Amino acid sequence: MHLSVNGVSKSFGEGRHAKLVLDDISFSIKSGEFVALVGSSGSGKSTVMRLIAGLERPSAGVIALDGKTVRGPGSDRGMVFQKYSLYPWMTAAQNVAFGMSLQGLTKALVRERTGYFLEVVGLQDSARRLPKELSGGMQQRVAIARALAADPKVVLLDEPFGALDLQIRESMQEFLYQLWQRSGLTALLITHDLEEALLLAQRVHIMAPRPGRIVRTVEADLDRSNLAHLRVSPPFLELREELVNTLRTLDGAAS
Amino acid sequence: MRSPWLLGPLGIIVVLLLWSLISLSGAVDPLFLPSPPAVWQAAATQFQEGILVGDALASIQRVFFGFALSAGLALPLGIAMGSNPLVCRLLEPLLGLIRYMPAPAFIPLLIIYFGLGELPKVLLIFIGTFFFNTLMIMDAVKFVPPELIETALTLGGRGLPILTRVVAPFIAPQVIDAYRINMASAWNLVIVAELVAANEGLGKRISLAQRFLRTDEIFVGLIVIGLIGLLIDLGFRAVLRRSCRWAN
Ligand SMILES: Nc1ncnc2c1ncn2[C@@H]1O[C@H](COP(=O)(O)OP(=O)(O)OP(=O)(O)O)[C@@H](O)[C@H]1O
Ligand SMILES: [Mg+2]
Repeated sequence: MHLSVNGVSKSFGEGRHAKLVLDDISFSIKSGEFVALVGSSGSGKSTVMRLIAGLERPSAGVIALDGKTVRGPGSDRGMVFQKYSLYPWMTAAQNVAFGMSLQGLTKALVRERTGYFLEVVGLQDSARRLPKELSGGMQQRVAIARALAADPKVVLLDEPFGALDLQIRESMQEFLYQLWQRSGLTALLITHDLEEALLLAQRVHIMAPRPGRIVRTVEADLDRSNLAHLRVSPPFLELREELVNTLRTLDGAAS
Repeated sequence: MRSPWLLGPLGIIVVLLLWSLISLSGAVDPLFLPSPPAVWQAAATQFQEGILVGDALASIQRVFFGFALSAGLALPLGIAMGSNPLVCRLLEPLLGLIRYMPAPAFIPLLIIYFGLGELPKVLLIFIGTFFFNTLMIMDAVKFVPPELIETALTLGGRGLPILTRVVAPFIAPQVIDAYRINMASAWNLVIVAELVAANEGLGKRISLAQRFLRTDEIFVGLIVIGLIGLLIDLGFRAVLRRSCRWAN
């Protein structure tokens, strides 16, 4: 699997009112990688993701998955939104099963895989509950299970933990990291939380706003055997500090 | 207030009491204000003669056919308008205009076109509710959160399955509620239609009673119309509660 984003620009609006939101973005992701995009609000992170998902078309440049140009949404690119994306009338299990039944899998297979993915996210006991009966963290785990169950080549996560409290967010970060290790999924995580990006992703692209562009790419070669330790380890804190400063100068220069 | 649901029946009882007191006091001529027992008696007589049930069934049947037609056609059209901007641009001004034409004003036309039978009454109910139903369903569709549709697209969903499996269930509670609200106009209109011309029906009975100065029968008609309307409303609420547990 190889996802490439090549020289992609995006403007919204026409003529004099056109607004350049993304300027010449390029990066790529290979099978099994965990990549993060970090940037302040309005730097165009979600737009990058919507372009990859095929929900928007680039104004220039090419996005390709395994050499095939992306021309619209498809089940090979799964997506997890920040919030409000579970179907409120479906139980957790029905939500997880939804993609598979849209794709026409047999009932027996859907049932089996639904059970499996609910177990992967640790929610087998909540299978029959409605989204409103689940906590925010549990809802996001259902959304992740639903995306995985549709068997995508890459999972796009747009601030999946942005709406959660700090404590739950930390445990969800652990959860996502372990999921990635166990299942070998390929993930693109979008966040404005630098710590989250460094903690989870092997490669972090830092974006600056107006227009949105990648200003720096960091290979985060860190020992992730224990995330709680990593959060407070000196190399991690140093790297974070340095990047926070980069972001701050960028924002200062822009405003 | 410990049990606020008691307040509703309380209001009704107070009005009944006032009514009894006024008619007992003799301050108003019974020709204008029949006493509660007189109204009850008139109702019992009509019931025994089979008139009451026959009238109610005739009115209910007209409402049923007119409203079923309206609800059935409004659903696909409202969904089409809510999900397709072109269809919406094309039809919204037209529907918005017709909506403001009072349905009873169509009665003369309907009589000229279709005579005095059942069809013009059914069509009147259709005209009086179709445009509201359609526009309310269109609005419900427009407010489906885009994330829900986009998620379905990234799960491998396409046009029609997304309409039937995402849009339709999401708008179901609002659609049922729109039907409930517009059913009230349907019920009003059937009475209006029967006042103008009909052989039987609750509205017809009222206009006959007027001719013979039978205010007790007019009261019977009014109360029965109110009760049936209330029952229909409660029915819709029950359907909503049971079928859309997630929305409460
Ligand atoms: N459909 C659209 N039409 C017009 N402008 C848009 C549209 N979508 C995004 N934009 C603009 O593009 C810019 C980047 O938006 P985007 O949502 O990608 O940023 P973001 O980095 O995800 O921000 P946040 O952290 O707040 O989610 C913003 O200025 C936004 O107003
Ligand atoms: Mg965003």
